[in-house]
Amino acid sequence: MNLKGKNLISITDYSKEEYLDILRLAAEFEKNPKQEILRDKVVASIFFEPSTRTRLSFESAASMLGAKVIGFSNPSATSQSKGESLHDTIKMLSSYVDIIVMRHSIEGAARYAAEVASVPFINAGDGANQHPTQCMLDLYSILKTQGTLENLNIALVGDLKYGRTVHSLVQAMSNFNATFHLVSPNELKLPSSVKMHIKDANLKYEQYTNLEDVIPFADIIYMTRIQRERFSDPLEYEKVKDSYILDSAMLKGCKETMRILHPLPRVNEIATDVDKTPYAYYFQQARNGVYVRQALMAAILGVK
Amino acid sequence: MTKQNKKELVVSAIENGTVIDHIPVDTVLMVLSILGLDKYEDEVLIGNNLNSKKYGKKGIIKARNKFFEQEDINKIALVAPNATLIVIRDYEVVEKKFVEIPKKIEKILKCINPNCITNKETIETKFNVIEEKPLKIQCHYCEKTMTNIRFAE
Ligand SMILES: [Zn+2]
Repeated sequence: MNLKGKNLISITDYSKEEYLDILRLAAEFEKNPKQEILRDKVVASIFFEPSTRTRLSFESAASMLGAKVIGFSNPSATSQSKGESLHDTIKMLSSYVDIIVMRHSIEGAARYAAEVASVPFINAGDGANQHPTQCMLDLYSILKTQGTLENLNIALVGDLKYGRTVHSLVQAMSNFNATFHLVSPNELKLPSSVKMHIKDANLKYEQYTNLEDVIPFADIIYMTRIQRERFSDPLEYEKVKDSYILDSAMLKGCKETMRILHPLPRVNEIATDVDKTPYAYYFQQARNGVYVRQALMAAILGVK
Repeated sequence: MTKQNKKELVVSAIENGTVIDHIPVDTVLMVLSILGLDKYEDEVLIGNNLNSKKYGKKGIIKARNKFFEQEDINKIALVAPNATLIVIRDYEVVEKKFVEIPKKIEKILKCINPNCITNKETIETKFNVIEEKPLKIQCHYCEKTMTNIRFAE
């Protein structure tokens, strides 16, 4: 594998083969997560916007490999809050660390910071733009539960208009001959710019408003949260909000191998009685994030 | 002197250099600045609101002893897509060049996404051209695609 020094800013930065390499390596780390292979490395974990889940996942991935982690999780503690530019913060940091992991609320901050940095860079989310490691852990979870990424029926449910993880997943799964089943209220349909990826790959998609329609044949049901503030008409929200809540009774007649994913945190879109069914995979999915991030850091730092 | 000759003298002839013709009247100053002619030290002649058979009114720029690479010319594609560049040597037209939309557009545009890093820090913008007709570009930084373009001030 030769990903040494290769930044990960956007999911299009890596080829299909490079993704598969990372997923293979993640499987190795899942078997043996504690290896001191980054013992002499320093990882910067800088979060200009709080995201406890992503930060802990990256930091535990780094510590399990023996790396030192420095950084901050609270933007008000940084010199940026005193007016220092992102440019200067990244320049200064580059001389202390071997790799930078950054979360930022501004779109494009990651691509820019990576250009300024003199060390490799991983985007842990830049505003509404990209969150490529979430996408990779979704792929890993699909591969692990289905045994393949090819020829699957992927149902995406909820807010398909604004959901960044959904857009990335559609783009990534378009490399693997998927059929997409898009379940959403009319106001929150998948944007045509994202449907373009499906069309460009000559794949099929079907749109639904009723969640129950896709349950019998889905291999993966990817749930997302529907937020009240996305609706121009609050009455419209009241009408649809309960129709995208998945409960265990609805799962009768689903495929034995079907698994439910969710980027978390969930609010009420998956009833808690689903948690004990064999179909629930969202907590394991979050745990997979650690192995994928271990694989990425190890590959980019050239130790695997 | 014939009427035709008089018309040509409105902006006088140059011995060596480039004539940029068919510039929309409202973008002549922008073309000057994109091509760096606003800081050019040799003679630059500018005519604007001239009658044009094809476009009604047009602007024209003549730059003495100045010759452009195709790459430079393409930078004006967004503001003067129909411009022609006429290369003059010894008062003779030796070559005609046309602008082509470049694959990358740097510096001159502004990203329409208010939450883009290029609108928060002092950064030169970069856009990739995704489609030429109709024009569709994508911000290199925030990855937003846009069909309506905005020029940087
Ligand atoms: Zn932008």
